[in-house]
Amino acid sequence: MSERDSRRSGSPEPVRTRLEALSQWQYDLVLIASVVLVTYTGFALIGLLGGVGINSIVGFLRTVTFYAAVYALVVLALNLHWGYTGLFNIGVAGFMAVGVYTMAFITASPDSTPAGLGLPIPIGIIGGMVAAGLVGLVAALPALRVRADYFAIVTLGLSEIIRLALLSGSLRTIEVGDRVYGTGGGSGIQYPPVDTIIPWLLDQPIISVIGDVLFEVGATVGIQRSVILGGLYTLVLLVFVGLFYLLLSRIGNSPYGRILKAIREDELAAKSLGKDTDRAKVTAFVVGCSLMGLAGMLWMGSRSFVSPDSFMPIIPFYIFVALIVGGAGSNTGSIIGGFAFAAFLWEGPRFVRSILNANLNLRSPPTIYDAFVELAAGDLTPLVGYLVGSLDELRFVLVGVVLILLMLWRPDGLLGHRKEIAAATDLSRRRPTTDRPTASDGGETDE
Amino acid sequence: MSDTDSGPASAERETDSSAIETSSEPTTEPGHRSLDDPILEVTDVLKRFGGITAVDGATFAIERGSITGLIGPNGAGKSTTFNCITGVYEPDEGSVVFDGIDITGRAPNQVATAGLVRTFQIAREFPEMTVLENMMLAPKNQLGESLWQSVAPGTRSAVVREEEHFRERAWEVLEFFEIDHLAEKYAGTLSGGQRKLLELARALLTEPELLLLDEPMAGVNPSLEKKLLEHIHELQDQGYTFLLVEHDMDVIMNHTEHVVVMHQGSVLAEGKPESVKTNEDVIEAYLGGEV
Repeated sequence: MSERDSRRSGSPEPVRTRLEALSQWQYDLVLIASVVLVTYTGFALIGLLGGVGINSIVGFLRTVTFYAAVYALVVLALNLHWGYTGLFNIGVAGFMAVGVYTMAFITASPDSTPAGLGLPIPIGIIGGMVAAGLVGLVAALPALRVRADYFAIVTLGLSEIIRLALLSGSLRTIEVGDRVYGTGGGSGIQYPPVDTIIPWLLDQPIISVIGDVLFEVGATVGIQRSVILGGLYTLVLLVFVGLFYLLLSRIGNSPYGRILKAIREDELAAKSLGKDTDRAKVTAFVVGCSLMGLAGMLWMGSRSFVSPDSFMPIIPFYIFVALIVGGAGSNTGSIIGGFAFAAFLWEGPRFVRSILNANLNLRSPPTIYDAFVELAAGDLTPLVGYLVGSLDELRFVLVGVVLILLMLWRPDGLLGHRKEIAAATDLSRRRPTTDRPTASDGGETDE
Repeated sequence: MSDTDSGPASAERETDSSAIETSSEPTTEPGHRSLDDPILEVTDVLKRFGGITAVDGATFAIERGSITGLIGPNGAGKSTTFNCITGVYEPDEGSVVFDGIDITGRAPNQVATAGLVRTFQIAREFPEMTVLENMMLAPKNQLGESLWQSVAPGTRSAVVREEEHFRERAWEVLEFFEIDHLAEKYAGTLSGGQRKLLELARALLTEPELLLLDEPMAGVNPSLEKKLLEHIHELQDQGYTFLLVEHDMDVIMNHTEHVVVMHQGSVLAEGKPESVKTNEDVIEAYLGGEV
């Protein structure tokens, strides 16, 4: 594609031609893989130079991968709403909560309080997706009548209603017969964690061999069993990222995806061409919500209880930041945005802090004022110490700075400027019967 | 539907409007019932916004295969009538019958699916979609418009095959309008005139029977205007019917066969362009009675 060679013009000739020969999705795979690889090598080098053991480096990379995968999942789902259809859904957390709570209710043991149905995890996951989709349907039907900004308020309101309802005392316990059901209020519901599916899988015949080999190798290199189990669960998440990507790309590159895009651009014009935009909007919203529910369940994978505190209204804000960083409207951008958010804005700073704390004897002054007073006296370390010490709060500043810089230099996000044509076929290609050469006007596209 | 209960009122208004027409002799056929083969019949359409009656019993009909002009001073209710026909507004009273089917109060997409497609006064392209994507949206009842057909592994190949067919058609129409060199540009980067062409081209891909063009010549340079008119005539020869809202009197006088003049929400006069031109009521409405 024309845009690719303009971007790749710096690379050596053979690499360039080989990249050009790839189709869009192959190119994207290479892109994602190289971004991830470069980042991980960077982190690993920092870790090794900082004297961190291999077990903690691998553990850290697993955490990054885990959150990157979780973010990628939710961002991909949100991209269907916001990037494609222009549905400003800021109630993401609510739909995730519905998914997780439904699964918790289905899988929780009937003997615990609050009681569940005690059904297997896969049934719980399917139930959670259906429930999140249904709540999405309930939200979408009245919300179709309101304009985009009011739609945002409706979704945020719904999400808060869900959270407060889960928190409320009146739904805390509901006695049915001799069992006590309910939301558990602030203390939530206990249920078997989703990632217990990994040890279960490793107990199966044949697969258990793989497990034994992995643990063996881990033991020799110095990686603990729990890190390996966590890594395998993260691998499951990555498989889901792939599945989400496939599904959403297929949705996007189709006549249906074209309608969604047209709704984002100009709904009345789409209607005037005979498109049933209401139906398209509702189905897109329901599918997106159900995927958000699934992402929520996978996110909570290693936890054995769910409480309303996990679904604060700040969550959609993070998801939107990741989507904007990656570029709204691009599925590949969504994955890269989720990864960049998790790696650089969320987990990366913590890693750097732990290394700094381990190597330097940093003293953190109580306020930034004190730090500057000592800086004026010529001592830099108190300022560094202060910055490292208040890193958790400063991350939000970092997010803000990144957003501002992005708006200045790349207002469309990292990949939002790409032309991703909503079609099942290559539209520029015509049948050879016509005398016209395929239309490609060279580097007219972008940059 | 509201067309049944407005029976007596409609008769009343018809005599009303024919009274105007007979008093100002030049206009021809009174009412629309004399048309041989009307494709669109608008009867006593009334639309109020709060206390304002924007369209006050508009009645007219369009002959199949013709180019009809809808004119009138600003605020005459042309655009509101347009919106009532195409389903953007639901008329408070009256009926709209298209091709023998009552489409009063149907949603815009249902009206368009019935074969009555409009363009807008200010072109409404999809700016961040390429010209080709804009075009490919248009074909009616595409298999892949259903989410499941597009996603499910078994049905996807049929969607792809159908899209290849529509793609061919889209290129043909782009070539017809001589904008195929813009096919891969974002529609938002096109000039105003090119957007008008794109909108018309896009509307054609829906395979409509009647095209309602809202000021197709506004903001279009003279050479492009000439081209656009040629296209419209060519399409008329192919069997399409047109209703134009237009302010440019030259266009109306030289390129339409029938003119409907609206004034203060109702039809003031109807007839051939020449006869409308000399109608005193029309002159008065346009020029405030000074000529």
